[in-house]
Amino acid sequence: MTLFGAGVFKGMMVTLKNFLTSYFRDRDNGGIFTVQYPEEREKAIENFRNFPFLVYDGSFSKLRCVACGICERECPPKCIHIEMELDVTGKPARKPAVFDIDYALCMNCGICEEVCPFDSIYMDHTFEVTSMTGRRSLIREKKALARSNEYFQKIRPAIAATVDQKRKAAEDKKKAATPQSAGGQASQTPPPAQETK
Amino acid sequence: MQNLELSVNMIFVTAKDWILALLGHFLPAWIVVLASILISGVAILCLGPVIMMYLTLLERKVIGRIQNRYGPNRVGIWGLLQPIADGIKMFTKEDIVPANADKLIHLLAPIMTVVPALMIFVVVPFGKQMTAVDLNIGFLYFIAVSSITILPIFMASWSSRNKYSLLGGMRTAAQLISYEVPMTLAAVPAIMMSQSLSTNAIVLTQAGSLGLNWFIFTPWGIVGFIIFFLCATAECNRPPFDLPEAESELVAGFHTEYSGMKFALFYMAEYMNAFTLCGIAATLFLGGWQGPILPSWIWFFGKTLALVCIMIWFRGTFPRFRVDHLMAFAWKFLLPLTLVNILLTALWHFVSPLAAWPVSVLVLAVVLYTLVKLNRVFVPEKRSYVFAD
Repeated sequence: MTLFGAGVFKGMMVTLKNFLTSYFRDRDNGGIFTVQYPEEREKAIENFRNFPFLVYDGSFSKLRCVACGICERECPPKCIHIEMELDVTGKPARKPAVFDIDYALCMNCGICEEVCPFDSIYMDHTFEVTSMTGRRSLIREKKALARSNEYFQKIRPAIAATVDQKRKAAEDKKKAATPQSAGGQASQTPPPAQETK
Repeated sequence: MQNLELSVNMIFVTAKDWILALLGHFLPAWIVVLASILISGVAILCLGPVIMMYLTLLERKVIGRIQNRYGPNRVGIWGLLQPIADGIKMFTKEDIVPANADKLIHLLAPIMTVVPALMIFVVVPFGKQMTAVDLNIGFLYFIAVSSITILPIFMASWSSRNKYSLLGGMRTAAQLISYEVPMTLAAVPAIMMSQSLSTNAIVLTQAGSLGLNWFIFTPWGIVGFIIFFLCATAECNRPPFDLPEAESELVAGFHTEYSGMKFALFYMAEYMNAFTLCGIAATLFLGGWQGPILPSWIWFFGKTLALVCIMIWFRGTFPRFRVDHLMAFAWKFLLPLTLVNILLTALWHFVSPLAAWPVSVLVLAVVLYTLVKLNRVFVPEKRSYVFAD
């Protein structure tokens, strides 16, 4: 037979222990687990995703994006707007003239990243996106969306490494194939969906 | 040395006497009497709200620590200005009165809750000669005034025309009336032993040689204190007895329809009640301001704050009572125990202490065992369904 009211004291000892350990234990051993946000922040895990950005290799003019418009079509809230750049002869230049993403509409689903056959659009880790001047300023244009490959490698090293490897393999293959058929590469088969998790 | 100790001990009393003596030089005697009342009144009227403000901070901090959080720490160092920020927020909020509410009573209720909460401060002995009014029926006054708190809560619930408010008010009435009985009876032993209803006299009886002859060091004192403290927790609607404002069932109970400063007044009354009830509990059983070495008012505030911390600890630990359990606990467990305790105190008074300890412990053990057995909740045996298996 247990003593009457023993459970009450047992419960109170649990909360007392929590109270006391909160002063000297660290967060994984029964201490305080609050992260004091603006001053300290948690390390973002690699697959943490927020708003999309465009990857370029080397300089801004070498965006990977070819303005194919797949992401624009697949985007559930239709927040992407793309216009193809035309060269002097009026043929498509396989480059975006306009690439806008409305961050106010974007629901951070990451479908654009999944469908992109050219490894050019990826989800960023930045989440502090606010605007003091209304939603117009939340529409990000091509210039504001572009990030270097180095940035991509920094925030998502594992995925960037596999993508780089794949792109390099494709490059080598293309180089090896170039002498035989120079013009036959236009309809290059897109690499299979990436994102090996 | 003796002088210094005395001066620290009586620092507030001396300050008041000094001001009065100064006024006495150039003002007639009757104004000095008025000034004396004014000084005590202003001191209490400032003390109440300040205590309330910092008890909310203490509560949020301690509950935070219990739940492994920091609690408020952004406004000022350690969040010390948080109560002021809260106050500003409350003042600037819109005051919404329901269209069908009884406007006058709806307005009066929050005012009326604060008044008795402040009135109790009058008889609380904060230190040596620091009782604002040393009534010879101090404890009776406390019981009478603290029982008024039911009325404004019921006014609030009835006048807001809201079913949650009304349910909360009904629960409050039932709970407070029930717990008033064992609370008063639990305090009777202390009154019997000190042979006075004056709070100051009750403290003086607990002096002893070192100021350590507290009533809690006797068997009837322990039992009386625990019952009194539990009932005090129930009296100021604090968890686990917070049925009148049970968030999960009644939105916010009797103050569902209150916003802004009116809501803040209910909060203020609740915290001031918690403080005064802890103060009275300390006065009755923990020797009030009695204690060795330290100044009397430090002893009083230390004991009272320790009790308040236990109340907060309760809040961080226990889930809410069920209504029928709450009533059963008051009427079927606490009430008989207090009656036995009163008899035990009489026994203690007439039997020599050496014999009284074992006898008291024996009686209490038997009574507790019997009460626990009698209070056992009927739990039907688990049914087995023959055809279901």
